[in-house]
Amino acid sequence: MKEIILIKNGEIALKGLNRSTFEDTMIRNIKRRIAHIGKIEVRKSQSTITVTPKDEFFDMDAAVDIIKKVFGIKALCRACEIEKDIEVIKKTCKSYLENDLLNAKTFKVIAKRSDKKFPLNSPQICREIGGYLLSKFRNLSVDVINPEVTVVIEIRDQFAYIHSSQLEGAGGMPTGTGGRAMLLISGGIDSPVAGYMLAKRGVELSAVHFASPPYTSDRALEKVKDLLRQMTLYTGRIKLYTVSFTEIQEKIRDQIPEEYSTLVMRRFMMRIASEIAKKDEAKALITGESLGQVASQTLDAICCTDAVSKMPVFRPLIGMDKEEIIEISRKIETFEVSVQPFEDCCTVFTPKHPKTKPEMDKLVAVEDVLNVDALVENAVNNTETEFIWFK
Amino acid sequence: MIYLDNSATTKVSKNAADKALYMMCENFGNPSSLYSLGFSAELEIKKARHTIALALSSKDGEIFFTSGGTEANNTAILGVADALKRRGNKIVISAIEHSSVLEAAQSLENNGFEVVFAKPDERGIVTSEEVSRLVDEKTILVSVMLVNNEIGSIMDVATIAAAARRKSKNVVVHCDAVQGFLKIPVNVGRLGVDVLSVSGHKISAPKGIGAIYVKKGTRINPRFFGGEQQNKFRPGTENSAFIAAFGVACEDALKTMAESYKKVKELNAHLVSRLNEIESVTINSNENCLPYIVNFSTNLVKSETMLHFLEKKEIFVSSGSACAKGKKSHVLSALNLNDKTIDTAIRVSFNCDNTLEEIDELVSAVKEGIDTLQHIK
Repeated sequence: MKEIILIKNGEIALKGLNRSTFEDTMIRNIKRRIAHIGKIEVRKSQSTITVTPKDEFFDMDAAVDIIKKVFGIKALCRACEIEKDIEVIKKTCKSYLENDLLNAKTFKVIAKRSDKKFPLNSPQICREIGGYLLSKFRNLSVDVINPEVTVVIEIRDQFAYIHSSQLEGAGGMPTGTGGRAMLLISGGIDSPVAGYMLAKRGVELSAVHFASPPYTSDRALEKVKDLLRQMTLYTGRIKLYTVSFTEIQEKIRDQIPEEYSTLVMRRFMMRIASEIAKKDEAKALITGESLGQVASQTLDAICCTDAVSKMPVFRPLIGMDKEEIIEISRKIETFEVSVQPFEDCCTVFTPKHPKTKPEMDKLVAVEDVLNVDALVENAVNNTETEFIWFK
Repeated sequence: MIYLDNSATTKVSKNAADKALYMMCENFGNPSSLYSLGFSAELEIKKARHTIALALSSKDGEIFFTSGGTEANNTAILGVADALKRRGNKIVISAIEHSSVLEAAQSLENNGFEVVFAKPDERGIVTSEEVSRLVDEKTILVSVMLVNNEIGSIMDVATIAAAARRKSKNVVVHCDAVQGFLKIPVNVGRLGVDVLSVSGHKISAPKGIGAIYVKKGTRINPRFFGGEQQNKFRPGTENSAFIAAFGVACEDALKTMAESYKKVKELNAHLVSRLNEIESVTINSNENCLPYIVNFSTNLVKSETMLHFLEKKEIFVSSGSACAKGKKSHVLSALNLNDKTIDTAIRVSFNCDNTLEEIDELVSAVKEGIDTLQHIK
């Protein structure tokens, strides 16, 4: 019995002449993500992609878990590939779906016959298989409206395929088809979700993190890497730039009035991130800001930080409540990592009463005491890079 | 030396030994220490944990290191029983479990638990029908091993777990996967188990290290107390040297699993066909068993006598399970074999470094042993 994975394209099926580029990127992503599980063969036909394992010990469950998280896929299922013989199909339905069928009370059979030369037509296949399964499983009855198990039989050119219900894919567009963007990641709950959302639209991610040792620890940086590792299950490989931010934070603490310190710091982050993004050939910045969540995320504050960015800043969470953000972070399993209690650069030297309605002129004047360009340049040059890649 | 007792233990691989040495002599910090020496030890543990999780297709946070397979099995049985004692008192285990499951379960009988045993069929396989027959609403725990350590029979744990859950919805399913781990794929999701035990020294890591997988949300109480390590489930300063060595051994084995399997299958076929040349010999393992283990009986020479005879020729095999030391095998007894077959059983267990020549030497030595020893009563 040979088991394969059937993949249904999502939105990319609607693309015109570019479609095969999108599909090829997606297939490349799939291959790369499951490379550590084993060798596979991938075939395209119309809107379906078939993944066939080429190793004896190929772990199908692990492969399905991984492919479920690859963007661009609408739905997938494990299927059994067998010869087009109704007796073989019957027996395989029973053995292949035995656990599902034993656990259910109701079922129905759907047949799709694209090979019209097959001697039975679709309703006849349904009757044959349905009748056979009813005689073998005393616990089952037929329910065509709302069955617990749907047995699907597809008769195609070369083989017949048997599977039960489909799994939902990750949706979106294949990562890498939408250019690259730079995610500002602190270690909190929001930024991984923001990165995930842009990656879902096909954007390849790089990330920049601001570390302030000794005020922040190695373990805090490791937490950021853990977050990124978790994200790579969806986004693929991420290049992380770690900026040494201590000097700038100390200067801000010593020379900037407390109520402006957070904003000045955020502006530095934007400047540095834009510079690194340019080098990285990333075309936009991504932040996890949500309007009004904290003082630096009010409309006025965002105006002040946005002003220093040299490229578009995407804020996919801008209109979301914390609960909604948390829901996604739980889904992509970054939540538990995010809530580990480590000091990060945003919580070092936090002012008691930050400005919520800063005026740009005043901010610029306050900032003027610092040699901004030199500090930015120094920080950009003091950056460590590392590829984050989770298998 | 011809070492054919790899199910008892394995030689530690160079990679694993080097890693342990490095951890003991250089990266020796306490993984909980805040400074970088501690942190770098923590990272090694994390990496090892991730490798084990990858091998089992679990999440990293579901893996806890133990002192070995026995501790993992004990923790599984006693920890689940303790957590669920108000829900029910029945435990179903297979009759051919390793003694660390068997005796842990039996120790609970004094505390008001009922322990029932699922019997294997004549192939040494415990079936889902048999387990399902014994499980009822009061059943809180089912424990069935993946691969039997004495004859190598493989249980269909996925079907057993599913069948058990149909009878008792909230039952916890444990699997002792020590003998199967990294010899055949072990995917905890596929198997549908809640708790699973593995051991290091069967896969070329040192003795004294193992791990237990606990599915998130499973009701299980710790057996040890006193510290924040491993999420308080298994406190105590981590054995960072052996954990890291375990991780390395696991990574290596994961890479070569399919290849080793293929090779060992050939060794197995060769041994079985050569043994069949000897008239008195019967093979207690069958073609459905894990190829790494061949259990056979000479039916003429007592196991221990043959073992020592082979030992003189520097060939090392086992008379059953190394943990049972001379006691009559409960596994072979469960297979309804006659006493003579049980008393003369020999277990050969391969690793992928064994050769066909070594097997030929073994068979010649067994023949010689039968010829010279069978007259001794």
